[in-house]
Amino acid sequence: MSTALTDLPANIDVTDDALESQMTLSMGPQHPSTHGVLRLDLRLDGELVIKAIPDIGYLHTGMEKLFEYKKYQQGIVITDRMDYLNPLGNNLAYVMAAEKLLGLEIPERAQTIRVLMCELQRIASHMVWFGTSCLDMGAMTPFWFTFKEREKILNIIESASGGRMTPSYFRIGGLMMDLPAGFENRVKQFLDNFPDALNTFDTLITGNTIWQNRTKGVGIISREDAISWGLTGPCLRGCGVELDLRKVNPYTSYETYDFDIPVEPDGDVWSRFKVRMRELTESYKIVQQALERLKPGPIKADAPKVVLPDRDDMRKHMDSLIHHFLIVAEGFNVPEGEVYLPIEASKGELGVYMKSNGGPKPERVHFRGPSFVNLAALPVMSEGEMVADVVAIIGSLDIVLGEIDR
Amino acid sequence: MTEKLHGFVEKLKENIADAIVDVVDAFGEVTVIVAPNSIVGVCESLRDHSQFDMLADLCGADRGPEDDPRFEVNYHLFSTIHYQRLRLKVLLSEDDARVRTVTNVWKTADWHERETFDLLGIKFDGHPDLRRILLPSDFDGHALRKDYPLRGYEPYSMN
Amino acid sequence: MGLENTLFESLPDVVTVKLDAVVNWARKSSLWPATFGLACCAIEMMNTVSARNDLSRFGAETFRASPRQADVMIVSGRVSRKMAPVLRRIYDQMPEPKWVISMGACATSGGVFDNYAIVQGVDKVVPVDIYVPGCPPRPEMLVHAITMLQEKIMKESVKDRRDTFEPESRESLVPGTLPVTEGTALEREMEVEVAQDQTSRPYSVPSRHERRRSS
Repeated sequence: MSTALTDLPANIDVTDDALESQMTLSMGPQHPSTHGVLRLDLRLDGELVIKAIPDIGYLHTGMEKLFEYKKYQQGIVITDRMDYLNPLGNNLAYVMAAEKLLGLEIPERAQTIRVLMCELQRIASHMVWFGTSCLDMGAMTPFWFTFKEREKILNIIESASGGRMTPSYFRIGGLMMDLPAGFENRVKQFLDNFPDALNTFDTLITGNTIWQNRTKGVGIISREDAISWGLTGPCLRGCGVELDLRKVNPYTSYETYDFDIPVEPDGDVWSRFKVRMRELTESYKIVQQALERLKPGPIKADAPKVVLPDRDDMRKHMDSLIHHFLIVAEGFNVPEGEVYLPIEASKGELGVYMKSNGGPKPERVHFRGPSFVNLAALPVMSEGEMVADVVAIIGSLDIVLGEIDR
Repeated sequence: MTEKLHGFVEKLKENIADAIVDVVDAFGEVTVIVAPNSIVGVCESLRDHSQFDMLADLCGADRGPEDDPRFEVNYHLFSTIHYQRLRLKVLLSEDDARVRTVTNVWKTADWHERETFDLLGIKFDGHPDLRRILLPSDFDGHALRKDYPLRGYEPYSMN
Repeated sequence: MGLENTLFESLPDVVTVKLDAVVNWARKSSLWPATFGLACCAIEMMNTVSARNDLSRFGAETFRASPRQADVMIVSGRVSRKMAPVLRRIYDQMPEPKWVISMGACATSGGVFDNYAIVQGVDKVVPVDIYVPGCPPRPEMLVHAITMLQEKIMKESVKDRRDTFEPESRESLVPGTLPVTEGTALEREMEVEVAQDQTSRPYSVPSRHERRRSS
């Protein structure tokens, strides 16, 4: 690729020729736009990317090994730190895999609350994606607005579970605790103000010509390539494949909710952006429906050997006390076998492969992180783009390094 | 619930009969244990004839140093057309922990196989770029094996 | 304008003040952090900067991406073995005076992750001034850490020379641990260094604190 300087006036002398060699740029682990500690090896020809090779592992925490040394209940705490923007989603996947092995049936109120919290978490995760990907491309204002909305959601989650970003709210068999008083009012308040926020975002960014010019036609991946590379979630729905695990393999009573799946045909950064923005509206609808359905009822499954009893019960009855002691001190034995449980996290298909050998600690737990698989397709998407477009593509993939490196 | 999956397994048996060692049906999931030499043929057959076009996950597991075969590699297949999931399992012994790569069947196997090699030491023949992906490149040993201690061999310090 | 009119018209033209006080006041009031967000604590750091808990009230106006323009490095998140040399190199690139805040349980002591992959405390890599516990710490806690650091800075003196000696920072890194791109001159230099590096590392004895129970 030569930069031809042929149409200059005759009295100008060109003394320097454009370099014909490639440049290697290391977008190193410490970088403001890589959404965490990701290192990209960029082979450049001027500003054009010839090859972009991701180098990961800078946040490898050895979580999968830690799971093998902790009882099932103790492992829930570690799952929070994996995809740290969607901790309730990670909790849900792990807990549901253990419940599948144990064969537990979850009561209806627990399932409704799980759906409600997961969808609120999806909105919060998309808020961070939106804020940071706009920030990377130079639009700093949405960052402040989205983090304001996110603070409201974090307060809601904190009121229920005690932790803003690491709630560990779900337990094997149900929930940690019932919702506090006034929870429904807080969620209603958030829901009342949310459509205004969505309008602000649409006005600021979606209708913005500069944003559209920077994202349309950038980072295109074809439909067949997307499926072969294993993309899931908004990245796949932005290529025209209508696949959402909440509709296809429904879990936690998602089949009883009324929502649409946004799909866009083009496969570029703009399509993925549009899919996530429309997902915000769908999650808003699901949260409204879940809120209307909340009825009083039990929040833990009926399995005294697996589920911790209520504190009141434990103080008054001897067998509850013994069960509590045994569950905490020794753990419960999970039947031998293996399951693979996928859920639709905010980034794609989060799958948990859990293998048990009949004891209180799992033999192997593997998390199929959607960001891990989505990032593998980055070289395909960024070949032939400019360096500034690589930043846009990383933003549109919505990667979280905690999930990639585990 | 698993009839459709058994239908796919039957179809696979018609095409490649001697590759299948065992079929396990538990917890609503079907696992097909495949001989290590014929895993690529099985994967291609499932992708072309039964439309299992997405490899959702590829993970290895270590059963413990006393067990034989020690390692297993699980392939979780997903069909975006039939919305069905199938698991293929390959059992490998410790002294011959190699299996052919499936990157030519599904491109996503690339990074998954690198991760399995990195953490467990299972080699994938024919992989375009088999090197460590998560652990540092000068790391000694494979961390997820059962005989590797949890806290490693020496604490990291620059003092 | 109001402050200047009322306050400064009563003061004389020449004011005597301790040099330490002025220098420290200037340094503490404009602590610019370097972005070193690694994991979940980084998101809480972003929450601290955002509109609700506004860190720029305390002088931390901009988070500079380049360490050469930063004063304080807030290590937020778990530091893995692969990342530790990079952390040390970024710390060495910061000009004096510089401070380090270790934010969160993972940076302070390894946190929940007591295993082969995570450095058990970032003070094994860089000298730390303020430790902030929590997993993740609330934004108010990080603000408190910045104010504590500001009080610590006020007690310093210009007479304490704090240059990092260059040979120490060059020898602190094990050769071959920093990321380099294949096929470049830097990689060839690194290979030479790795070949010359004679330190032996024992890999047969499990770690000393293996005797503690893990769960």
